[in-house]
Amino acid sequence: MKYAYYPGCSLDATGIEYDIANKLVARTLGIELVEIPDWNCCGATSAHTTNHLLALALPARNLAIAEAHGFEQVAVPCAACFARCKKTAAAVQASPDLQVQISEVIGMTYAAKSEILSYLDVIGKKTGLDHIKKHVVQPLTGLKIAAYYGCLLVRPVDITQSDDPENPMVMDRLLQVIGAEPIAWDYKTECCGASQVVPVPQLGKKLIHDILKNAASYGADAIATACPLCMLNLDMRQKQINAMFGTQFHIPVFHFTELMALSFGYSAQDFGLAKHFESAESLLERMIGGKGA
Amino acid sequence: MDIIELSAGGTQHQVEIARLASIAGVELSSCYQCGKCSAGCPEGFAMDESPRRIIRLLQLGLLSEALQARSIWLCAACDTCSTRCPKGVDIAALMETLRQEAKRKALIRDKNIHLFHELFLTNVKWFGRSPEVILSAMYNLMSGNLFQDMDAAAHLFKSGKAHFLPRRIKNTQAIRQIFQRCLEKEEPQ
Ligand code: SF4
Ligand code: SF4
Repeated sequence: MKYAYYPGCSLDATGIEYDIANKLVARTLGIELVEIPDWNCCGATSAHTTNHLLALALPARNLAIAEAHGFEQVAVPCAACFARCKKTAAAVQASPDLQVQISEVIGMTYAAKSEILSYLDVIGKKTGLDHIKKHVVQPLTGLKIAAYYGCLLVRPVDITQSDDPENPMVMDRLLQVIGAEPIAWDYKTECCGASQVVPVPQLGKKLIHDILKNAASYGADAIATACPLCMLNLDMRQKQINAMFGTQFHIPVFHFTELMALSFGYSAQDFGLAKHFESAESLLERMIGGKGA
Repeated sequence: MDIIELSAGGTQHQVEIARLASIAGVELSSCYQCGKCSAGCPEGFAMDESPRRIIRLLQLGLLSEALQARSIWLCAACDTCSTRCPKGVDIAALMETLRQEAKRKALIRDKNIHLFHELFLTNVKWFGRSPEVILSAMYNLMSGNLFQDMDAAAHLFKSGKAHFLPRRIKNTQAIRQIFQRCLEKEEPQ
C-alpha cells in the first residue's frame, strides 16, 4: 500500500520519535509512506478559532499537492492535523462553490478526491490484523495498557468515521495483537486540552491530571497514544502535574507505533524511547528482559 | 444572581443571532435545555456560562452576554457536546462561530488564549510551519509567564525535539498569499 504522508509540525519536533516509529512499522508491514513535498502547517486550532476560510485553505494546500502527485490516500499521524484535513475535505466535497473558492485561495486545484486516514486507521483498519500478527516476534505479554484516543480521532463521528465515539476499540485491538493487555478505563476519549495548557495552565493541567489518575486507578502500566499533542501533555507534563497536585505519577506513555515496533523486535535505540520524559526502562526490563531498553 | 432584562435583548439581536446560528449550522430552537452538553464538557468546571447556557442566552436574544462569555474562549473544540447532544445541535461549531465574531468585535475575554493563537498564526504565516518551541518562548515573553515549561526545555533540545532555528517551507510566498486572500475575504463583514 502506498500513502501520501503528512507528518505535521509536531512530528518534526516534540513528536519526532513518533515519526521514527511510524516509519519502522511501515517498513515492516510493507507500507510505503511518501512525505507530501513542501507541506505546510495545517493551522490547527488557532486557524479555526480565527478564520473559517483560513482553517480550510491551509490543509487544502497540502491535500492539493498530494492530489497533484496522484495519491489517492493520505495518512495523517497527528489527531489535530487529521481532524483539520478531514474537515477540509468534507467541506469542499459538500460545496462546489467552496471548492472553487478554496482552489482560488490556494492557487491550485483541490478536488477533495483523496481519502484521508489517521495513521491509527491505516494500521488498525486498512492493514489487516493477521498481517500484523505475523510480524510480532516479541509479544508484549502482561503489559497493561490504557489506550488513549482523546478527542479528534473519534469526534465528530461523521468526519472521523470512528468505530465508536464513546468507546473506540481500534487501538485496543492492535495492542491485543501485539500481545499486550488493553484495559477498560473511563478516560479513553476525554480531552487533554491540547494546546490550551499553554495559555490557561490551571485548566489544562486538571484535564491531564484526571486522565493520568483514571489510568492509574485501573492499574495501567503504561498509556498508548496516537497523537503527538496528547503524548506531549501526558508525558512531558507529568512532572508538572505531580508538582501541582502532589501526586506521584510515573506512567510511561508511548506512541502506539513504538509499542508495535518493540513487538516487531526493534530495540528502543532504533526509535526514540530515550526522548521520552517518563522513563520506560524499568517497565521494559520487567516485560521483555530489558531487550527493548 | 444577576437580573437579566429580557426585553432589552429581543428583536434587535435576532437577525444577528440567526446569521451566526446559520454560519454554525445550528438550529437554536432545537435545543430543549437538557444539559447533556454541559455535563460532559471538560472545560465546564471553569466556564462562566456552560454550553447549555450559551444556547439559552441566544434563544433569549442576549447576544452581547454570549459574546462576552469567557466560555467561548475556554472551549477546547473537543466536540464532546456536539457528539452527545440528543437533538443534533452542533454546539462546538457555535462556540467557534461566537469566538470568531467576538474577535471581529474586539471582545477579547481571555487575552492569553487570544495571544497564543495570534502568535501561532504569525509563525505559520512567516515560516509555513509552526515551530512549537519558538512559539512557546515567544508566548512566555509576551504574556509575562517567563519560566513556564522551562523545566522541560533542556530535555527538549538535548533529545532533538526542539530546534533553535525554525523549520521553514520553500514556498513561503504561497502561504502568505493564502493568509492575505482569506483575511481579505473576511473584512467586508
Ligand atoms: S445537549 Fe443539546 S439539547 Fe441538550 S442542552 Fe445541550 S444543546 Fe440543548
Ligand atoms: S467543544 Fe467546547 S463546549 Fe463542547 S464540550 Fe468541548 S470544550 Fe465544551
